Amino acid sequence: MTDKTVKTTPSEKKDNKFDLRQIFEGSYNTLLPLLAIFTGLVIGAIVIAGTDATVIEAWKNFFQAPGAAFAAAWTSIATAYGALFGGSLGNPKEILAGIQAYFSTGDSAALLKSIYPISESLVTATPYIFAGLAVAVGFRCGLFNIGAEGQFFMGALGSVFVGYSLKGLPAIIHLPLALLGGIAAGALWGAIPGYLKAKFGAHEVVNTIMMNWIGFRLSDWLLNGPMKAPGYRPVTSAVSEAAELPRFFPDPLRLNWGFILALLVAWLIYWLLFKTTIGFEIRTVGANPDAAKYAGVNIVRNFVLAMVISGGLAGLSGASQVLGVDHWVGQGFSAGYGFDAIAIALLGKSHPLGVVLAALLFGVLRGGATRMQSMAGIPVDIISIIQGLVIIFVAAPGIIRWLYRIHPAKNKQALQSRG
Amino acid sequence: MPVLELRGITKSFPGVKANQDISLTLEKGEIHALLGENGAGKTTLMNILYGLYRPDEGEILINDQKVDIEGPNDAIARGIGMVHQHFMLVPVMTVTENVMLGNETTKSGVFLDREKVSQRIREISNQYGLEVDPEAYIKDLPVGIQQRVEIIKVLYRQADILILDEPTAVLTPQEVDGLFKIIHSLIDAGKSLIFITHKLKEVLHIADRITVLRLGKVVGSAIPGEVDEQKLAEMMVGREVNLVVNKKIAEPGAAVLEVKDLYVPDERGNPSVNGLNLDVRAGEVVGVAGVQGNGQTELVYALTGLLPIKSGSIHLSGRDIHKCTPRQIIEQGVAHVPEDRQKHGLVLSFPLLDNMVLCTYYKPPFAKGVNMQEKPIAENGTGLVKQFDVRTPSIFVAASTLSGGNQQKVIVAREFSRPIKLLIASQPTRGLDVGSIEYIHGRIIEKRDEGTAVLVVSSELDEIIALSDRIAVMYRGRIVDILPAGATKEHLGLLMAGVKPEDIPDSAKQKSAGPVEKVF
Repeated sequence: MTDKTVKTTPSEKKDNKFDLRQIFEGSYNTLLPLLAIFTGLVIGAIVIAGTDATVIEAWKNFFQAPGAAFAAAWTSIATAYGALFGGSLGNPKEILAGIQAYFSTGDSAALLKSIYPISESLVTATPYIFAGLAVAVGFRCGLFNIGAEGQFFMGALGSVFVGYSLKGLPAIIHLPLALLGGIAAGALWGAIPGYLKAKFGAHEVVNTIMMNWIGFRLSDWLLNGPMKAPGYRPVTSAVSEAAELPRFFPDPLRLNWGFILALLVAWLIYWLLFKTTIGFEIRTVGANPDAAKYAGVNIVRNFVLAMVISGGLAGLSGASQVLGVDHWVGQGFSAGYGFDAIAIALLGKSHPLGVVLAALLFGVLRGGATRMQSMAGIPVDIISIIQGLVIIFVAAPGIIRWLYRIHPAKNKQALQSRG
Repeated sequence: MPVLELRGITKSFPGVKANQDISLTLEKGEIHALLGENGAGKTTLMNILYGLYRPDEGEILINDQKVDIEGPNDAIARGIGMVHQHFMLVPVMTVTENVMLGNETTKSGVFLDREKVSQRIREISNQYGLEVDPEAYIKDLPVGIQQRVEIIKVLYRQADILILDEPTAVLTPQEVDGLFKIIHSLIDAGKSLIFITHKLKEVLHIADRITVLRLGKVVGSAIPGEVDEQKLAEMMVGREVNLVVNKKIAEPGAAVLEVKDLYVPDERGNPSVNGLNLDVRAGEVVGVAGVQGNGQTELVYALTGLLPIKSGSIHLSGRDIHKCTPRQIIEQGVAHVPEDRQKHGLVLSFPLLDNMVLCTYYKPPFAKGVNMQEKPIAENGTGLVKQFDVRTPSIFVAASTLSGGNQQKVIVAREFSRPIKLLIASQPTRGLDVGSIEYIHGRIIEKRDEGTAVLVVSSELDEIIALSDRIAVMYRGRIVDILPAGATKEHLGLLMAGVKPEDIPDSAKQKSAGPVEKVF
């Protein structure tokens, strides 16, 4: 292989921060997830049409009326996706009408009703952002934190405990304390497997899964015993109002400060990972632990630190759900946020901005799913299929490259081979 | 009639012409050496011949028949076999299993017929003097024997044209001698051979004909009797090359590194450094010579804090450092050019500027508190790229995109650019081309002349002799003898092979052209 760098002297291009190849690789990195989402939606459409009884009926008569067969398929898909995105983003016409009504009459009822779908999507996206960041920080340090689910649950319990047990504090003190309670509980749940890995070499995948089970069963006991609210149901008391994340709009809109907090924390994690020595060490350990050791980086400390941060973020995810949306915790509260977070971190390439975007996508899909079921009669599970497909395509980019005939990676590899 | 002919082969990758109009012929029973620096296009050309790439232009003829090679299996079917630089063997399988892998001989369609294959391996082994036990597991075999297994794999598939890609890069001097004997027996049996290398002495020793590539083009061909090393090196690099390291006589100062009775177990707990004593003084280069696997790696790891010691002491300027962490040792002024640049030396996925501050990222001016300072880091990267002549389009590209020589320059730049009193360079030029070797050797001597104590560990005797002011020979975890700079290769070779210093004949200590000398 001829070294492509031979002809370029360093002085020619050295100050050019926006090197062409960088831009190309950057766009290539964002292109793949976008194509993965697109492909997932296309295949999802085929599944929707293929399971629709009217469509199947129309296709039985394909040779008599091919136009009708395609029309039936199109109608089915358009109805489903129309309901999905209408249910998650709202109807633009209604939103416009709502704005007009608000400015002409000062009545906000129509506007609030029209933005309810977006509000719900963002509410769903909020815990996804925190939990996605949690898994992403682990990935950056070379750790696979499957325990976000358990850490999420522990975080929820930690924050709800601080939320209902303390009385009479002002919000400015009570809310941060409740959030910290969630972070601390999640961080503890992450620190244990981190310490076990660092000290004894126990694999974090196994240990985080085990910690999930311990967390679930511990919560069963807590919800039926020490933390149980008066009454017969295994739920906690509601947190005091001072510990709630304030909502922006009146009921039923549940969008709250948790979403803004999530964006701030995403920026904080970006700063931590890419602008500080702490992040440099975490990323070095993740990218090449041997080189990290050679450079004098304390690998053991970074494993524990990354798991503490990861667990803390997952705990904050649970706290945001409790303090912003539910205000109390019941059995089976966590509902898979921690597991979806793995998919979100993968889809977002473990980059905070990517995680935010992926979490928004998941929020939209989840937010619209219920509406799709009620309006178009498409089961909610189709969303799981689309999510699953997107993750497969992101995890195996070779499929997307083959599908769309993109080959930059191959050439790049060739450039690396020695002469 | 040539058995193989390449006509006008051209192959481009985006932004690079890897091969431009390359033509060459291989006669029956010939050893044709393909010489060139890293990145000259040797491997691309051979990958085309082996069917891994398709040429953009040009044609390949085998026995005067135009052929279109569609892949490795096609190449094998046409009698072309390749022995890769990095072996393609499964360590936990036996020689027989490795040889039959991908081409399994079976009984009644499903059961592996190991006996038949072993038998065939023994036949091949006897015919060419390969001496390999078909039942041995690959993981138990030394590198030299593993290479023979690769050769057997090729012969088992009945190749007539053998391509050896940098076959001597991983071998000890004795193993190289053995390989050359095997090559001669292959030629005697009518095989033809393409020998890819960048080692000049080997080429002159073994080749019948030499073709030199530079930047993807043929720049000339030669016959060993008619050229010398200097001429070949100039053809390869494209300018005059200084093959001898010019250096003044060392003016050693106080001892910087003092190692006493050092015992170090390796990562699996086996003793590897056994009671080693060694001093390195300021302003001198001490070379550690020895066949690989005699504890050199563990010695360097112990000195740099990467491996705990069992007993003994390591003093740096009088301070005991044997309990220090790698960071504490770095901060006391020790630089380490590691043996494996991709494992320890670089974070391949990080851009150059980050790799340039791998050991100093947390210190001013690169960081204020926890905040990393982008501007000083970029300036440091830009400055070092220029100062150390790293060929790269930008300091923002990942280290993985650079050639081996340039990757090594990044490490050298980083380690040499901070204030140091001890430099530990392990295999500093392994796998590098002549131009880069010349450059790195010059820099090492420069450091010595600035008063740095330098410890060079290398399995290349030439390198040890060229750089060292004193040569310590390491055998089974000890320094068996320390010789002055003018020691002969024969003398060193006998010590490396385990002969006791008092048993070395006087004849070996004088400069003479012994058998080892001819090859190296």
